[in-house]
Amino acid sequence: MLADPSSVTALWGAVVFAGIYHGINPGMGWPLAVSAALMERRHGALASALALLALGHFLAMLAILLPFSMMVVLLDWQVSIRIGAGLIVIAMGGYLLINRRHPKVLARIHPARLALWSFLAAMAHGAGLMLLPIFLGICTVNAGETGHMAAQSLMTGSLGTALLVAGVHTLAMTVAGGVIATAIYLWLGLKFLSRTWFNLDLVWALSLVCVGLFGIWAAVQGH
Amino acid sequence: MTLRPDPTFHASPKLAMQAPAETYGFTVMLSPDGKQSDGIAVVDLKPGSDTYGKIVHQVIVPHKGDEFHHFGWNACSSSLSPLSGHAFLERRYLIVPGIRSSRIYIIDVKDPLKAHIHKTIEPEEVFAKTGYSRPHTIHCGPEGIYVSTLGGGGPDGTDGPPGIFIMDCETFEIIGRYEMDRGKQDKHYDFWWNLPQDYMVSSEWGLPPQFENGIVAEDLLSNKYGHSIHFWDLRARKNIQTMDLGENHQMALEIRPAHDPTKSYGFCGVVVDTTNLQGAIFTWWRDDDGVWQSKKTITIDPVPADADDLPDLLKGFGAVPPLVTDIDLSLDDKYLYVACWGLGEMHQYDVSDPMNPVLAGKVELGGIVAHHKHPNGGDFAFGPQMVEISRDGKRVYWTNSLYSTWDNQFYPNDDGGQMVMAHVGEKGGLTLDKDFYVDFPKGLRAHQIRLEGGDCSTDSFCYPSV
Repeated sequence: MLADPSSVTALWGAVVFAGIYHGINPGMGWPLAVSAALMERRHGALASALALLALGHFLAMLAILLPFSMMVVLLDWQVSIRIGAGLIVIAMGGYLLINRRHPKVLARIHPARLALWSFLAAMAHGAGLMLLPIFLGICTVNAGETGHMAAQSLMTGSLGTALLVAGVHTLAMTVAGGVIATAIYLWLGLKFLSRTWFNLDLVWALSLVCVGLFGIWAAVQGH
Repeated sequence: MTLRPDPTFHASPKLAMQAPAETYGFTVMLSPDGKQSDGIAVVDLKPGSDTYGKIVHQVIVPHKGDEFHHFGWNACSSSLSPLSGHAFLERRYLIVPGIRSSRIYIIDVKDPLKAHIHKTIEPEEVFAKTGYSRPHTIHCGPEGIYVSTLGGGGPDGTDGPPGIFIMDCETFEIIGRYEMDRGKQDKHYDFWWNLPQDYMVSSEWGLPPQFENGIVAEDLLSNKYGHSIHFWDLRARKNIQTMDLGENHQMALEIRPAHDPTKSYGFCGVVVDTTNLQGAIFTWWRDDDGVWQSKKTITIDPVPADADDLPDLLKGFGAVPPLVTDIDLSLDDKYLYVACWGLGEMHQYDVSDPMNPVLAGKVELGGIVAHHKHPNGGDFAFGPQMVEISRDGKRVYWTNSLYSTWDNQFYPNDDGGQMVMAHVGEKGGLTLDKDFYVDFPKGLRAHQIRLEGGDCSTDSFCYPSV
């Protein structure tokens, strides 16, 4: 097993980058923070909206990462699991490429239930899946570093890694989305809301495919 | 699907007011006797253009007897809802229902001068998928296009209550009924909402047998037309409160919520009070306990008239009722325009204080007895009816026909379609533009107007004006 620190750094960099990427995507919720602050006419509403969005996003990450973190105990199956995970991520990207319709269920959620909205938005767009190959890569590196351990401690380690990956990612997302929301709310004005709103649907779906391919490549290479 | 939001989508009413002025108007042309096909007239509204104020294109549909009435966009500023996360629809198609045929045309107006039919939804599909008939008001909202209907199932539309159905805003497939719990609602007319506050308000005209062959005087005098408005939990699709305005307040029609989504009030126009023939406007609002309230804030008196000057329907009353048949609120929520179709007047009220409206301007045109002429010397058939305000609030357009069979009862000697425009003064006031007078092709009447890029009765905003 290769324990190249630059590889760990790169993978953690990818976790942060994915967070920024999710954060700037209006589909992950920063316009809701702008709207909350304007509707309630107080700065604090922006922060609390961001916090609720972060909570929903964090839980959505865990919902994907935790089941896989359990599977690290199946050491002999690591490569297969990582290839399988890569295929799932590619499949989600492919699905979003073909099905360009918007998940209408999101429009049915009460505007005040931000955490629920954020959780479902992340799930519907496969936001957690985008992290999965990166997370499995980090787990592999960690396992390689610590050598063969008891299944119990391996799982504890990977659970901790899942929480950390989800946490760092969500923090990066919240900061990125928060900067845009705050800038529009305090300085730029609502006109920039529609100006900064780009259609990321295609890029997003392709990102999933790329991350999935990376996961398979890394698994096969033994990284 | 576009890469950027449509430039005609605006986050707040204020941004919509600052946007470029309208360049074209789309106006319903209807054949009152079904002898011709109905259509949409495209009117040039660019000042200085050689064809300003002229019909520059017509979309004439292949069928006859549809009776066009109200219509709307496939997408509006509500696409910028923070809950959708996808603002990439185009404001491109007009959804035009026939309220007599229940047929729905989807008209592509991307190039207004080449506007054409994109898709036709046959009545059978509407009946089969919704159990409703006679589609009417269009609004773009959560999950797609909402369409209110005036009739239930069966040949006369009385088999089950009318309601709202939802259409996909991209494929125009009918998805199905909106309501999960309609409560006491058994008639329908208009509806609108506040998207961030998640409420909807709907109103009542009457059931199809009460209007299709003309107004039924006995039903009116026994207060059998609609007189309630309904408040809904929009996303839960549940009627949370039915408010009876009083049975004498016959025909609670247009619902105009404040455009600014931080406000929890709006207006509803009542055609006629059967105790005194007044027209009325109610202000409705949500109180601190979350309960909806309403109060009559405007009354318009009837004008005494000689029975000889009145149509048969009104001879016994010796007066002309104002007949408040349409109202419209400017995007800054400052001026409410009230069409008095019987009197032949368009009123402008300053509703800065929604509980205390003040008459700020008035234009006289047409009328059952008054027959005011247009300043250009032309006749104005019937009275001011469907009214639409420019986004910037500086121009007010209106047409003259109410509904084919009702025009014939209230104005048995009139016919024709006209569209006019009035300018709004800096401090209020309303003045007809002498040079803006669109006379519609012979045999066709005019009803609702839609302005290119959105207007004051289409767009729903998800962010407040600050």
